[in-house]
Amino acid sequence: MHIVVCIKQVPDSAHIRVHPVTNTIMRQGVPAIVNPYDLFAIEAALRLKDQLGGRVTVMSMGPTQAEPALRKAISLGCDEAILVTDRIFAGADTLATSYVLASAIRTLDKELPVGLVFTGKQTIDGDTAQVGPGIAKRLDMQLLTYVSRIVEVDPAQRRIVVERRAEGGVQILETAMPALITMLEGSNEIRFASTPGMFRAARATVRHWDRNAAGIEDIKLVGLKGSPTIVSRVFGPTPRAEKAKSIPFDPSDPDSSAANLLEHLLNEMPKVRKELEQRRSGTQ
Amino acid sequence: MSEKFDVIVVGAGPAGNAAAYTLAKAGINVLQIERGEYPGSKNVQGAILYADALERLIPDFRDSAPLERHIIEQRMWVLAEDSYIGGHYRSAEFARPPHNRYTIIRARFDKWFSDQVQKAGALLLCETTVKALLRDVQGKVIGVEVDREDGRIYADAVILADGANSLVATRAGLRQDIRAETAALAVKEVIFLPKETVDARFNLSGQEGAVIEMLGSISQGMVGTGFLYTNKDSISIGIGCMLSDLKRQHLTPVELLERMKAHPAIAPLIAGGEPREYAAHLIPEGGYDALPQLYGEGWMLVGDSAGFVNAVHREGSNLAMTSGQMAAETLIELLREKRPATAANLACYRARLDASFVMKDLKKYRRLPETLDRQRQFINDYPALLNQAAHTMLRVDGVDKRHKEKEIFNAFRERRSLLGLLGDAYQLWRATR
Repeated sequence: MHIVVCIKQVPDSAHIRVHPVTNTIMRQGVPAIVNPYDLFAIEAALRLKDQLGGRVTVMSMGPTQAEPALRKAISLGCDEAILVTDRIFAGADTLATSYVLASAIRTLDKELPVGLVFTGKQTIDGDTAQVGPGIAKRLDMQLLTYVSRIVEVDPAQRRIVVERRAEGGVQILETAMPALITMLEGSNEIRFASTPGMFRAARATVRHWDRNAAGIEDIKLVGLKGSPTIVSRVFGPTPRAEKAKSIPFDPSDPDSSAANLLEHLLNEMPKVRKELEQRRSGTQ
Repeated sequence: MSEKFDVIVVGAGPAGNAAAYTLAKAGINVLQIERGEYPGSKNVQGAILYADALERLIPDFRDSAPLERHIIEQRMWVLAEDSYIGGHYRSAEFARPPHNRYTIIRARFDKWFSDQVQKAGALLLCETTVKALLRDVQGKVIGVEVDREDGRIYADAVILADGANSLVATRAGLRQDIRAETAALAVKEVIFLPKETVDARFNLSGQEGAVIEMLGSISQGMVGTGFLYTNKDSISIGIGCMLSDLKRQHLTPVELLERMKAHPAIAPLIAGGEPREYAAHLIPEGGYDALPQLYGEGWMLVGDSAGFVNAVHREGSNLAMTSGQMAAETLIELLREKRPATAANLACYRARLDASFVMKDLKKYRRLPETLDRQRQFINDYPALLNQAAHTMLRVDGVDKRHKEKEIFNAFRERRSLLGLLGDAYQLWRATR
């Protein structure tokens, strides 16, 4: 089975700073890393390869500086890397990005049919979680989001069973392949590349696909032109002026401690206090 | 199947990069192993780049290297508690290209340097740590073992450029562990300020830069020096003291740096800036007498791991690059003549070093570390005396100048005695001749 993993190179959020005036991210000098959620997608794909054989292609849309992210994926065990890169792709929002990646996957599908596409659940820079679903929709693939575990894959019957985190519990879903899966963090433990893996990555040729190679049909749908998103205003969270109050607690006297806490809370909420007092006087 | 290379270089700092670059340029099959995420991610320096050593490797480096400012002014300050006395040297000659030295940001510079190494044909593995050296039955080093699965990698020779505490060489017993008496611990901060502010505070324009080297009260009685370098839109400020002194005085490097930043002569230069980076590094400052064995059966030490630092002139990265280049040239010659990298054959690495400024400078100052360690008056007494002398002489208060001269002389004699003064002059001359 041929599996495609879509990854993104993102600025390491641990080192990110926000420009005090424009509120935009200052990327200069911030180290670039593989989007952490995407690592779980890579690992999920590699485990399927370990189990069933086949081929894993890792793909990213981005500038040529994104090559190290793809090499990292190769060091872990991906067979091939494709960097979809073209100047006209610059300034893309999630709509334009999913169009480009979907086109590239469709092109790749002609080389070797694609059974599964993996992505991380979202990126740590955009946090939209839209590109994966956007690709699935355009390729008319089944979509499985927030997947915490791949339960079973049957390439012959083209069936897949996964566990999906949902509000209030876990869903067990079965669907037909080809499918696109967005992986949840913590869903598996990411492997440490072996020495031969590191050598393979250092020597690998990352294929560069421009708009023609990626099979882009409508260049009005890519890059800034193909991005309807308008950023009207960027603002940072206002730091809270008030500090947390600390209320002393005496473990030997829980009753008065509770009364003390209640007193503090009611001081903050005069309306509630009034209401309670009224009720009490009403019942008496 | 195990990989085999002509040469393995451990480390991607200035020494390792210079070695790998020279080897790769000569068509040697070279592997470089770096434990950081990328070259430069773990490397710390003040940092001044001396053009000469790099120019010998990459003559047109100025076209593409990420350089901050070229230095047109060097200041030397001797500080007392709330004053300084010193000299400034500024030259229009230094402002004319080709420039002699630059301030750099190592994370960016090392990445660029490594790109040149890879373009020259060396293979680089990052995020990979060398755990041990592989040896054959005779004990000759024949490769390395890294911290990953199937981690044995072979080579005809291994160049160790793994930094000040050289864990690989130390663990392999090729050199002693770094000693507190011969190592300085330096800490620095990068403080961001708008370019215009840096320009105005140091009287600079364009890409011009200034540096201040400092000694005196800021080291709190310890053997050490401070520095302040101007980058494009930031200032690197730091101080380094001998590790044994820091241990004895129970001072943390942070306190030391904070006190230095608060000095009335320094505080205004960095006022309003935002510290954005904090780093610390060990510097091997033992000088000539602390040098380890530099080569052996199948291995060579270069750069900081060999202890190539000229503490007096604040030089290190240039010694690192030059030693890396010389180690590489030694191996290129051997490989071309198909001679093995035995200790006997590698002896010409030492000969090359001896004939160069690397060893000549280290020899010139070989007595200085010991002199400064034993003769604390150079740190404890003279900075205050010099500042006091300037103060006495420059203060106009109705006292006649001859009287002032006498007062200054008496102050010196009181603190150091006549014989002491003569002795000190002799000591200093002897340590630096």
